[in-house]
Amino acid sequence: MAREASPSRKIVTTAVAWAIGLAIFFPVLWTILTSFKTEAEAIASPPSFLLFDWTLENYAEVQERSNYLRHFWNSVVISIGSTLLGLVVGVPAAWAMAFAPSKNTKGVLMWMLSTKMLPPVGVLVPIYLLFRDGGLLDTRIGLVMVLLLVNLPIIIWMLYTYFKEIPADILEAARMDGAMLRAEILYVLTPMALPGIASTMLLNVILAWNEAFWTLNLTAAKAAPLTAFIASYSSPEGLFYAKLSAASTMAIAPILVLGWFSQKQLVRGLTFGAVK
Amino acid sequence: MGRIALKGLSKNFNDVEVIPPLDLEIADGEFVVFVGPSGCGKSTLLRLIAGLEDASGGNIEIDGQDATNTPPAKRRLAMVFQSYALYPHMTVRKNIAFPLKMAGASRDEIDRKVQAAAASLNLTDYLDRRPGQLSGGQRQRVAIGRAIVREPVAFLFDEPLSNLDAALRVNMRLEISELHQSLKTTMVYVTHDQVEAMTMADKIVVLNAGRIEQVGAPLELYRHPRNLFVAGFIGSPRMNFVNGAGAAAYGAQTVGVRPEHLRVSTQQDEGAWRGRVGVSEHLGSDTFVHVHVDGVGAMNARIGGEMGVGYGDDVWLSPDPDKLHRFDADGMAL
Amino acid sequence: MATAHSRMTARLMISPAVIMLLGWMIVPLSMTLYFSFLRYNLLMPGMEEWIGFTNYEYFLTDPAFFEALGNTLALVGGVLAITVIGGVGLALLLDQPFFGQGVVRILVIAPFFVMPTVSALVWKNMFFHPVNGLFAHAAKGMGMQPFDFLAHAPLLSIILIVAWQWLPFATLILLTAMQSLDSEQQEAAEMDGAGPLSRFIYIVMPHLARAITVVILIQTIFLLSIFAEILVTTNGGPGYASTNIAYLVYAQSLLQFDVGGGSAGGIVAVVLANIVAIFLMRMIGKSLEP
Ligand SMILES: Nc1ncnc2c1ncn2[C@@H]1O[C@H](COP(=O)(O)OP(=O)(O)O)[C@@H](O)[C@H]1O
Ligand SMILES: [Mg+2]
Repeated sequence: MAREASPSRKIVTTAVAWAIGLAIFFPVLWTILTSFKTEAEAIASPPSFLLFDWTLENYAEVQERSNYLRHFWNSVVISIGSTLLGLVVGVPAAWAMAFAPSKNTKGVLMWMLSTKMLPPVGVLVPIYLLFRDGGLLDTRIGLVMVLLLVNLPIIIWMLYTYFKEIPADILEAARMDGAMLRAEILYVLTPMALPGIASTMLLNVILAWNEAFWTLNLTAAKAAPLTAFIASYSSPEGLFYAKLSAASTMAIAPILVLGWFSQKQLVRGLTFGAVK
Repeated sequence: MGRIALKGLSKNFNDVEVIPPLDLEIADGEFVVFVGPSGCGKSTLLRLIAGLEDASGGNIEIDGQDATNTPPAKRRLAMVFQSYALYPHMTVRKNIAFPLKMAGASRDEIDRKVQAAAASLNLTDYLDRRPGQLSGGQRQRVAIGRAIVREPVAFLFDEPLSNLDAALRVNMRLEISELHQSLKTTMVYVTHDQVEAMTMADKIVVLNAGRIEQVGAPLELYRHPRNLFVAGFIGSPRMNFVNGAGAAAYGAQTVGVRPEHLRVSTQQDEGAWRGRVGVSEHLGSDTFVHVHVDGVGAMNARIGGEMGVGYGDDVWLSPDPDKLHRFDADGMAL
Repeated sequence: MATAHSRMTARLMISPAVIMLLGWMIVPLSMTLYFSFLRYNLLMPGMEEWIGFTNYEYFLTDPAFFEALGNTLALVGGVLAITVIGGVGLALLLDQPFFGQGVVRILVIAPFFVMPTVSALVWKNMFFHPVNGLFAHAAKGMGMQPFDFLAHAPLLSIILIVAWQWLPFATLILLTAMQSLDSEQQEAAEMDGAGPLSRFIYIVMPHLARAITVVILIQTIFLLSIFAEILVTTNGGPGYASTNIAYLVYAQSLLQFDVGGGSAGGIVAVVLANIVAIFLMRMIGKSLEP
């Protein structure tokens, strides 16, 4: 809005907005707080909000009991691995579609998107059986492959919309200046598209980190990333609220931070450029 | 060397023929201007020469070598784009150095040539800036600097001045002409502005709907336009055309006479066109009067200096018989 | 635009992506289709035989299917209703000037970045739990009997969890769209005598229409396949009370090892998703035009 709101109105808006914002954020906040409580305090009635003995023991214990770091590392490998591979395959494809379009380009793009709309249960059984027979069940490489394929359409689509914004005549200028294809992509296109490539990467790391269909169905103990590891808390013998909270906090913290940086890209990426 | 020959060159975009087959010779060291209304295929023709578009038919020869299928990077041509197309992520220095880097020049050579180019284009103080921090005129110079350092066999310009304001445009026009005088390299220059064409060209190629209407030196086109299109396009203000009885008196379907070749008189004059003065445009050195002539329409005439005619006055216009252009029913000059 | 040379290169550069996605789509999908016509149970290897449409008959006439279909629709519809209405409201609010806009925005979008298993477990244990959950504490504090959400209202509970996760997405997109609304247009309407309500109805809503459609279509794609939240909270129960199609297919194929029946269910899910997808592709296809 171009105009200044009246001060009283601004104060009311501030109060309402903060109240709603905190309410929406509360489950996350509560999880973080609980992670610093003892198990007894975590289920105490009435619950204490800030006045409890802050402790870090849950974090130590989660690591000790369940080898948390291994699952964390699985998540890192799977999300970053699938994203990097996605870029290796996606950058050339998006380049081709943005700068050397043919009559079929639009059709190909739409078809790629349509694969994203294939519900995963539609291919669950064969993928499961193929993985079982190929020894890929519960391996990181298997998950990297699946998440690469799942997110490839989004990667290509996002890169395409970013590349489209680069004026074609700058690439043509490079050609006139004696650059062959490799130099054109390396010295001109990539540096110019770097912000777009970085956003694409960020969003896809987030999506892969939080993916919870294939990671749950294709892993057991060994290659389980954090999504699957956390799910194993769903039927604990006793209830471990504080430890669950500590594990959850560690699982979501990195992505919360990345996510806050990538709000704008999120809109663009997840709406396939339909809303900018 | 920079001899370019187009032989039966043509271009279709999805079955639409934008350039019908055409032939053209560009001699070494020549400054050739492609001029024509917008959408007539000037850029397309230039991009065909550059190799940025594939020819649909015919050949392009550069220095006698067939270059039709040579990629743009290997044609040894340099191009200055309408949008300048500078690399936004590189400094001015890196922009100018880029073609040299692509050619694998040594560090020393790159430094030397970039410095020399920057000095000659008044860019020395800006070498470490990015294109985004430069004015339009400076960007234009960087684009030219980038083109000259690689010492191409020919320069291609696609409406390089159309994004500049009027005063700057005149300056850059002179600078490019001077550049041509000093380098003596072939230049192919595209514009829709016939003033640029007239002032800069050794040879003008007038294009219309992808066809070459006429090729010639500026004054040749001015004096002897081959047809109505060239007559109307070259010269400013535009040539006046008269059809019907007025033209029949001269034994033509249409006659054309430039504003500077009309004599304006306040006395009745036998055989002259009689009309009423409308708007007068005073430019100081000249005055252009718009005269409404009964049965012919609006005509524009130049009066040297001042002359006491005002709105609504009756005047008589008589053409200089030596400078009259006569056209037949097909619009060809007689 | 491009030369034959660059077009050839282009084809070369695009083919790895196309081949991979083709493989990802064609191979497993045709296997699913094939399995769906077989009697194929992982517990009885070597007994596979062609049984035509029997699996489809069983799957489509199973009362569980109807319950799951109903649940799927309720889940999608419920979450859409909450997130779209809530999203418009929040976007309107966050678009106003107030102190700490950036921070509140961050608070509001946070749930979207919480992985589904975490949000499901946090809600299940720390909020919905009939003994130790915060809602139970609150009920006891007010002298009421705690309510066992996941036992007595499993579907509604899951709808709440999923809506909490997706509300930020809707808000963010609608806010982005709202910020692109020309403020001069609003001022012109104000000059014409339009009050806040008529400005909202005649100017803001039509401007948001496209963004709302995008939100609905994209969320629908994801919501049709909700899985982790169900697995972690209720396992589809009690009975089939919180089973959706995706979970039903999973249960049939990987819990009961009935590959044939599960595959038939998978194909049904694909068909359902396609119906939605067609609308989505139309939408996006239009926005592709320059
Ligand atoms: N890539 C293209 N695809 C289809 N038509 C094109 C393309 N480029 C140019 N054209 C058409 O070719 C004609 C000539 O264009 P152009 O050479 O840019 O004209 P000019 O530079 O003289 O203004 C125009 O009608 C234009 O629409
Ligand atoms: Mg042009």
